[in-house]
Amino acid sequence: MTTMLKIEQVAKTFTLHVQGGVEISVFQGLDLTVDAGECVVLSGGSGVGKSTLMRMIDANYVCPSGRILVRHDEDWVDMASAHPHQIIEVRRRTIAYVSQFLRVVPRVATLDIVSEPLRAVGVDAEEARARAAGLLQRLRIPESLWSLSPITFSGGEQQRVNIARGFILGRPVMLLDEPTASLDAANREVVLDLIREARNRGAAIVGIFHDADIRDAVSTRAFEMAHYARQAA
Amino acid sequence: MIGAAQPILQADDVAHYYGRHRGCEHVSFDLFPGEVMGVVGESGSGKSTLLSTLYGRLTPTAGRVTCRTRTDESVDIHTISEPERRLLMRVDWAFVHQNPRDGLRMNVSAGANVGERLMAVGERHYGDIRSKAIDWLERVEVDAERIDDLPATYSGGMQQRLQIARNLVTGPRLIFMDEPTGGLDVSVQARLLDLLRGLVTDLGLSAIVVTHDLAVVRLLAHRLLVMRKGRVVESGLTDQVLDDPQHPYSQLLVSSILRT
Amino acid sequence: MSQPSETQGAWDPSYNFAFLDEQTKRMIRRAILKAVAIPGYQAPFASREMPMPYGWGTGGIQVTAGVIGPDDVLKVIDQGSDDTTNAISIRKFFVRTTGVRTTESTGDASIIQTRHRIPESPLREDQILVYQVPIPEPLRFLEPRETETRQMHALEDYGLMHVKLYEDIARHGHIATSYAYPVKVAGRYVMDPSPTPKFDNPKMDRCPALQLFGAGREKRIYAIPPYTEVKSLDFDDYPFELPTWDAACALCGDTHSFLDEVILDDAGGRMFVCSDTDHCRERRANGHVGPAAAAAPFETMSAAP
Repeated sequence: MTTMLKIEQVAKTFTLHVQGGVEISVFQGLDLTVDAGECVVLSGGSGVGKSTLMRMIDANYVCPSGRILVRHDEDWVDMASAHPHQIIEVRRRTIAYVSQFLRVVPRVATLDIVSEPLRAVGVDAEEARARAAGLLQRLRIPESLWSLSPITFSGGEQQRVNIARGFILGRPVMLLDEPTASLDAANREVVLDLIREARNRGAAIVGIFHDADIRDAVSTRAFEMAHYARQAA
Repeated sequence: MIGAAQPILQADDVAHYYGRHRGCEHVSFDLFPGEVMGVVGESGSGKSTLLSTLYGRLTPTAGRVTCRTRTDESVDIHTISEPERRLLMRVDWAFVHQNPRDGLRMNVSAGANVGERLMAVGERHYGDIRSKAIDWLERVEVDAERIDDLPATYSGGMQQRLQIARNLVTGPRLIFMDEPTGGLDVSVQARLLDLLRGLVTDLGLSAIVVTHDLAVVRLLAHRLLVMRKGRVVESGLTDQVLDDPQHPYSQLLVSSILRT
Repeated sequence: MSQPSETQGAWDPSYNFAFLDEQTKRMIRRAILKAVAIPGYQAPFASREMPMPYGWGTGGIQVTAGVIGPDDVLKVIDQGSDDTTNAISIRKFFVRTTGVRTTESTGDASIIQTRHRIPESPLREDQILVYQVPIPEPLRFLEPRETETRQMHALEDYGLMHVKLYEDIARHGHIATSYAYPVKVAGRYVMDPSPTPKFDNPKMDRCPALQLFGAGREKRIYAIPPYTEVKSLDFDDYPFELPTWDAACALCGDTHSFLDEVILDDAGGRMFVCSDTDHCRERRANGHVGPAAAAAPFETMSAAP
């Protein structure tokens, strides 16, 4: 199996300067390797740093020590030390990060938001929009909403737009942070299918799923975060 | 594609002092084609001084600013001759001022404003100049019917969009923006940001955006410099700096804004 | 009908020759030489206070004073006419301060000082045309900063001139600038030809006479040396065009000269006559007759001194 992600001896501490320099240690000495076709589910109680680790893989959070190696084409890119323009490249073609929260430019139509990752890798506008439409349809977003900005949508609709945007381009590394959190049963099924399809095409997936049923449905392996929590001295 | 080419602009330990007062110092970075860099900080942090020094309007007290021209030459923008500098400014570069009145000729029509850069680089066909002006007005969502109106009759948001059209008509590769949404209503800001983002992406422009508005850089910039008292205290990927700021000042800056 | 008056006046010896002191005239000649060396370039000079207000030709008078000699024959025209108050005053000024001969005939003059016209008859190598200039800077309309316009001239940065012409076409459908129409001299400097009608622009091109421009208030002298290319600015699809009239000169019948409109009465009566009075007189002397030449009222008028 091709290894897609190698996390080596990673530690994370937050220093809150505005609150008197309080230091919050999240984890240390963390190692994790994820192969293509795997879906590794991060587990552990609240505060063990599941979301923090996901964000560090995406380089949204700083990685102060250790290495986070992502296979980008034929190269390994260390997300902990890569130059911003390299990270942007990795995000454009290799890593998809799907969170519960939609963050978009006001005024941009849903269809354009969803097709944007395709446009960014050079798919022509017509085809990108057609594929986006297909996915939105699958995720049961009414066609009447496609030309509107999702900013005014309900929480569930926004989340599905976010999922569509994350899955539209089959990127080889997927980070899924509670993608099904506020979805109803029917929509959850669609998302499960999308995750399985991604796995089957060989994506390396790291996920956080609160719901045990979903976890069982997609997971190939659990990764217990609590083992790496810094022990109180 | 970002990173595939040589930097379009390089700042190497750039400083500008106003007499003994520090405007900015020790600023170094590489800006790549297609990359948008935000410079944030409060008033007096030196971000506008830095922008003026990078643009060549202020002479650096130390360091140098090198840029790559469209003919792929590397030039020090503070030592090139004035004719070369002017050509660079109107062919390769653009500058969008906070106040559109600083970037527009208020006593000539919108069409003449857009056409000026074309005429400055030698276009001498009225019909061609006019049709390019109409095309650009439409791209920045200004009604082409208003091409012969004076900018003074435009709203603030339209004036700002006109300024952008006037700047982009010659197809520059690097655009400097000083608080581009500064004086505008919130609703107008969103429209302008969206427009700018689209243009930057579609045209593959590089940009340096100076602003105190973190929402602006989150939408536009790939990476950030956080400035305080004339120095860069933190730099990096935009969302990384905003979501996991390391320096005490960056943390203060981020925690001081209302979450959206 | 008056004949071209040629007078030999008396020099009032209490004045230095041509009013200005010798050092001042040398200073002006140096500025003229510089202007001739760089065609179209506005050479600064230390303009003097003259015994007449700005706007009456103080720049042109200083240039004329700088180049005039006792053997010169001076002609002074204002809007093409030899007999306006301004033209007569200037002529008298030079008669009193130099004693040179004056003339109304273009062909007889060696120096012609003019305000807002170029004579219709072609000039020669042994003549100098001195223009009175109110505002020498052609870029000022769009760029009021003198520091910036100087830079623009230095760098041949003339896009702005076309912005002005663009505005004309956008507003009027054609280049509506009809006087002070900007020209490029010797392929380098853009120049304001003073408020002459654009009708006269082609006469500046490769003109055998030396053309000197003096702006007294603005303290600038510029020049077009003999046989220099002078090109009117335009667009490829809106080329420079000469104005045309439906009418011919009412007095001499000329259809190719610049015409002034003359209001005859309160009932809308009007006629067109040559703006260049000397040209018109000469044509009539050669037997050309316009449609209104026999009209009594005008005959009386033109016969007046």
